[in-house]
Amino acid sequence: MRRRTDPRIKPSEITPESVYLRRRELLKGLAFAPALLAGCGDTQDPQPAAAVEPELPGKRLAARPGSAFSTTETLTRATDATRYNNYYEFGTDKADPARNSSRFRPQPWSVTVGGKAAVTGTFDLEDILKGHALEERIYRLRCVEAWSMVIPWIGIPLAAVLKRFEPAADARYVAFTTVARPAEMPGLGYPVLDWPYREGLRIDEAMHPLTLLAVGLYGHELPAQNGAPLRLVVPWKYGYKSIKSIVRIDFTEEQPPTSWNQSAPDEYGFYSNVNPAVSHPRWSQATERRIAGGGFSLTGNRLQTLPFNGYAEQVASLYAGMDLVRNH
Amino acid sequence: MAHRIDRVAAGKPLVFAAALVPLGILAWRIHGNTLGPDPVAQLEHDTGLWALRFLLVTLAITPLRRLTGWSAALRFRRMLGLFAFFYASVHLAVYLVVDLGGFWSQVLTEIAKKPFVTVGFLAWLLMIPLAATSTRSMMRRLGGLWQRLHRLVYVSGALAALHFLWQVKYGKTIAAIEPVVYAGIFAMLMVARLPDWIRRSRQRRAAASGRVAPGRPLVQ
Repeated sequence: MRRRTDPRIKPSEITPESVYLRRRELLKGLAFAPALLAGCGDTQDPQPAAAVEPELPGKRLAARPGSAFSTTETLTRATDATRYNNYYEFGTDKADPARNSSRFRPQPWSVTVGGKAAVTGTFDLEDILKGHALEERIYRLRCVEAWSMVIPWIGIPLAAVLKRFEPAADARYVAFTTVARPAEMPGLGYPVLDWPYREGLRIDEAMHPLTLLAVGLYGHELPAQNGAPLRLVVPWKYGYKSIKSIVRIDFTEEQPPTSWNQSAPDEYGFYSNVNPAVSHPRWSQATERRIAGGGFSLTGNRLQTLPFNGYAEQVASLYAGMDLVRNH
Repeated sequence: MAHRIDRVAAGKPLVFAAALVPLGILAWRIHGNTLGPDPVAQLEHDTGLWALRFLLVTLAITPLRRLTGWSAALRFRRMLGLFAFFYASVHLAVYLVVDLGGFWSQVLTEIAKKPFVTVGFLAWLLMIPLAATSTRSMMRRLGGLWQRLHRLVYVSGALAALHFLWQVKYGKTIAAIEPVVYAGIFAMLMVARLPDWIRRSRQRRAAASGRVAPGRPLVQ
């Protein structure tokens, strides 16, 4: 109740974007600082080292910042966003994906496109991305387990990519499949879900400008644990809809089967829009625990969950007239 | 009369201090901010786990005495049981104040509608009368009723084990291993009591049918 009346944090708490984007230079500057400091007693101290996060290992990506869809809320630390993941193909503990994904090879990568579209076949990732400008989108990510993060993704609107395949008029849904390589993904050895992982969207959801096909986060290529090299980000739906490491895209007329929905239909619907009014058997969805900024505070970790994860203004019209409790 | 050193009495402060170590470690991790990306969830998990561990250790004392004849352990039982209640209370307080703090209406719906929260809350609730009647004077005042009342600890233990088991996400078989192990330990501690229970119910039946029951007295 308290926080969400004004979700914006104090301006003083935000790292200015210019500083965030220049953090590499700042780090370099820091390395030379001792030499500069020698002999000049009154030089200002450089930024304390604790405030600087370790650099992500992936290649640096150039992306256009400042999307109108981006939130100004405090970012989740890159360390937390890359070490607290649900990616069961690498294990079911939150720390497993970062720990168990070193054998995963996201290059070279290709995606097979099939179903009701004029252009189908297998395409190299480079060809899929060619001609598209990367942009940064800072989105809220709401997990069905009632925690959330704020992550600066890098990618392209899914719509721009899908249009190139010229979907047919009767293509009403888009189905996605995650890669399944048992030799590189130790979690596949356990029958947690019916592998490979599958997800799907209605075509208007897939074509919505908010829906992002992401290739990076925090200015870098996606690490394996976050869904390298290509994943979906659908910010108004629970996290499991944002399928990782995509190898297949199919245009279908019928609603495609989706992994969590198949395993427990009562608990996980096809739509899975973030909805504080529809409770899960184990987690109330009314509120969420925000993992952002870092540090332990005795209060104020919990926020009111908003319908469509705060993106109602953009997406509520997609579901006009629908019973969102039945179609959860 | 010569003063004999009571080793059990001397050991009590040591056990007391040892039982506070998990709390100290948590305080240290809060201070150093090393509880991981979701510190509140970690805090809930750890305090709950220690409550269950102390409860199981408390429940292990009676079978241990039967097995080894080491009756001195009995004198630590109350302290260990109270620590189980203490960690369960911290666990509940973290959940209510740190985690759900401010969202009071949600507290009620969670307790009423989430089965795993309901059983966890009941497990804690049932420990209150046990903690409240744990003093020597209450034991004396309640007499035979005391022992019957304190059988609630078995219900509390069962609910606590269920609480742990029930929150595992569907399909997370690996995550279920730990709760299953704890539930298994609880079940073993109950099975270990079976011979005593059977013998006592036989004695009771024998007493009811008018025959004189041999062996140990009915109320201990």
